[in-house]
Amino acid sequence: MDMKRDYYEDIELFQSNTVFFWTVVLMACLFTLPLYVESYNIYLVNIILVHVIMAVGLNILVGYTGQISLGHAGFFAIGAYGTALISMHLHMPFVVSLIASGLIAAFFGFILGLPALRLEGPYLAIATLGFGLTIMHVIGRWEVFGGRMGITVPPLDMGVPGTPLSFVIEGDVKIYYLILVITILMVICARNLMKTRLGRAFVAIRDDDVAAEVMGVNLTVYKTLSFAVSAFYAGIAGGLYGYVVSFFDPFTFNLILSIIFLVMVVVGGLGSILGSVLGASLITYLQFDLLKNVEELPYLGDLLVLVSRKWLTVIGLANFSSIALGVIMICIVIFEPLGMFGIWIRIKKYWKTWPF
Amino acid sequence: MIEQLVVEGLAIGACYGLFGIAVAIIYKTSEVVNFAQGEMGMVATFVAFHILTVYHVPFWLAFVLTLLFAAALGALIQTCFLRPAKDPTVLGLIIITLGAEMLLMGLAGWKWGAEQKDFPFILSVQKTREIAPGLELNEWSMGVFVLSAVIMLILFLFFRYSRLGIAMRATQQNVNAAKVMGIKVERVFAITWAMSSVIGAVAAMFFAARSVLDPNFMMEPFMRAFAAAVLGGLTSIPGVVAGGLIMGIVENVFGYRWPEWKPIVAFVVIVLILTLKPSGLFAKHFVKKV
Repeated sequence: MDMKRDYYEDIELFQSNTVFFWTVVLMACLFTLPLYVESYNIYLVNIILVHVIMAVGLNILVGYTGQISLGHAGFFAIGAYGTALISMHLHMPFVVSLIASGLIAAFFGFILGLPALRLEGPYLAIATLGFGLTIMHVIGRWEVFGGRMGITVPPLDMGVPGTPLSFVIEGDVKIYYLILVITILMVICARNLMKTRLGRAFVAIRDDDVAAEVMGVNLTVYKTLSFAVSAFYAGIAGGLYGYVVSFFDPFTFNLILSIIFLVMVVVGGLGSILGSVLGASLITYLQFDLLKNVEELPYLGDLLVLVSRKWLTVIGLANFSSIALGVIMICIVIFEPLGMFGIWIRIKKYWKTWPF
Repeated sequence: MIEQLVVEGLAIGACYGLFGIAVAIIYKTSEVVNFAQGEMGMVATFVAFHILTVYHVPFWLAFVLTLLFAAALGALIQTCFLRPAKDPTVLGLIIITLGAEMLLMGLAGWKWGAEQKDFPFILSVQKTREIAPGLELNEWSMGVFVLSAVIMLILFLFFRYSRLGIAMRATQQNVNAAKVMGIKVERVFAITWAMSSVIGAVAAMFFAARSVLDPNFMMEPFMRAFAAAVLGGLTSIPGVVAGGLIMGIVENVFGYRWPEWKPIVAFVVIVLILTLKPSGLFAKHFVKKV
């Protein structure tokens, strides 16, 4: 929107004093959140933060590099299982196991990126979808991973478990602060990464891969790197997710989850970090809070119960969230392909010159 | 033993092929990958179930009514969801069809609930007949073979000789040229969706007869059929059928050998084949000119 006059202005973290002010206000709100929000809602905020990391990572792949992935739940699962198993069996501190499982996910991302070099559009969609399903089934078969019964995550330990150095973090609020710090780091990292040579190469591939190759962007390196970076984010998000929910089974990471992740990115806005944050927050809030108890909503809830009694079944009303998400997905592509970020840009443009 | 497995695999494969055709004809004409195809078939099957159990009509009547409903559903989804999107990207189209999928799945769950039901189909999986020494074939498989052969023949004749079929092929080759030639492209798209939905509904009823009926029952068959279609190349109908048959055999034979890996063996094969031949086995690979 504003004209950028030199490179430094483009890479600046806070592009104006207004941005700086509101960022500080947001940070202050986030860090004091547990003081005035009850415990269940902190759990919800934790899931939102995990999904923010996930959506930012997926946006690097889908929004910036222009590849399609319907298998990110697979990387999410690798992160979740990796973190839990490494800290359980190898007795590693939390940070080590988290980063290690992020790197394992990144390695799988690199592997998936190899066939993706030659595939595009629907073919890439089916390959990534197959990857996600394969991961889910492999995890469900092997006893090491707890099989179909799922596993319970060991306590979150910042030190070395089982030794005097052990330093266990418990409770939603403490985990919240940890996740909040990691999320902020990851988001800033992604935002800065997209302003570097790497990010520009990704965008060049998205806009036209042939032209990018002619300009000297090595497609093999950057496409696989994009998959790896995105998978790393997904792995980290998965690792944190494990500690938030403390128990999960392989079927948590199904195709629907991959679709929901993609929806977060598209609803938030492709190719925009702010958009992913907004999209992940909105979709997670809708899915885990608002639409879960839809019959308790004022007016709309009563109406829906009435409709259900008359023509449908009241017990099936739980499926309403699926309907609402479907409608949101369709509407966002038809009416606002840039997502929430596009809406934000339009509002900003409108008010900038107001009242003219 | 192996012959028996292959024949059963062929029957399932023919069903995959049939459903794959439904995916392929939409992709052929409008370059939309329809992720809602499975759920369109699922809703149609539920409608058939509803007509059969609530109104107690004969099966053939319910079948015909269901196909009419499926045609209307397909045309409706195209008109309401895909037509309004202006210059959508591939990802945008995928998101729209995924949205339609979730919408239909939610509606079916709302109306019919999540519990599993038996679909009263007229061809049984249990009743078998010996067609050769040591080789048995159930009624269901025979029905699949006959019906898919008939549908493929009709489609072949339709695309080769009818005005509408030729218009569809023209639209596929070049939308703008087709418009100049006086083809109402949007109407062609809607009819394509209706056709595809009808074929998908037929295949879905066969799948329902083999497993159970619930709002999720088409997820797995759809993904297999879609994978089979991709394997065959998505743009050639004989290729899609061949892909379906290969998929059915691979799945049935390997699935018998290693039952615990049955759900994923097909996908591993597909990822491997796509790595070697990025546009599938039977489609020509178009290299983009700059």
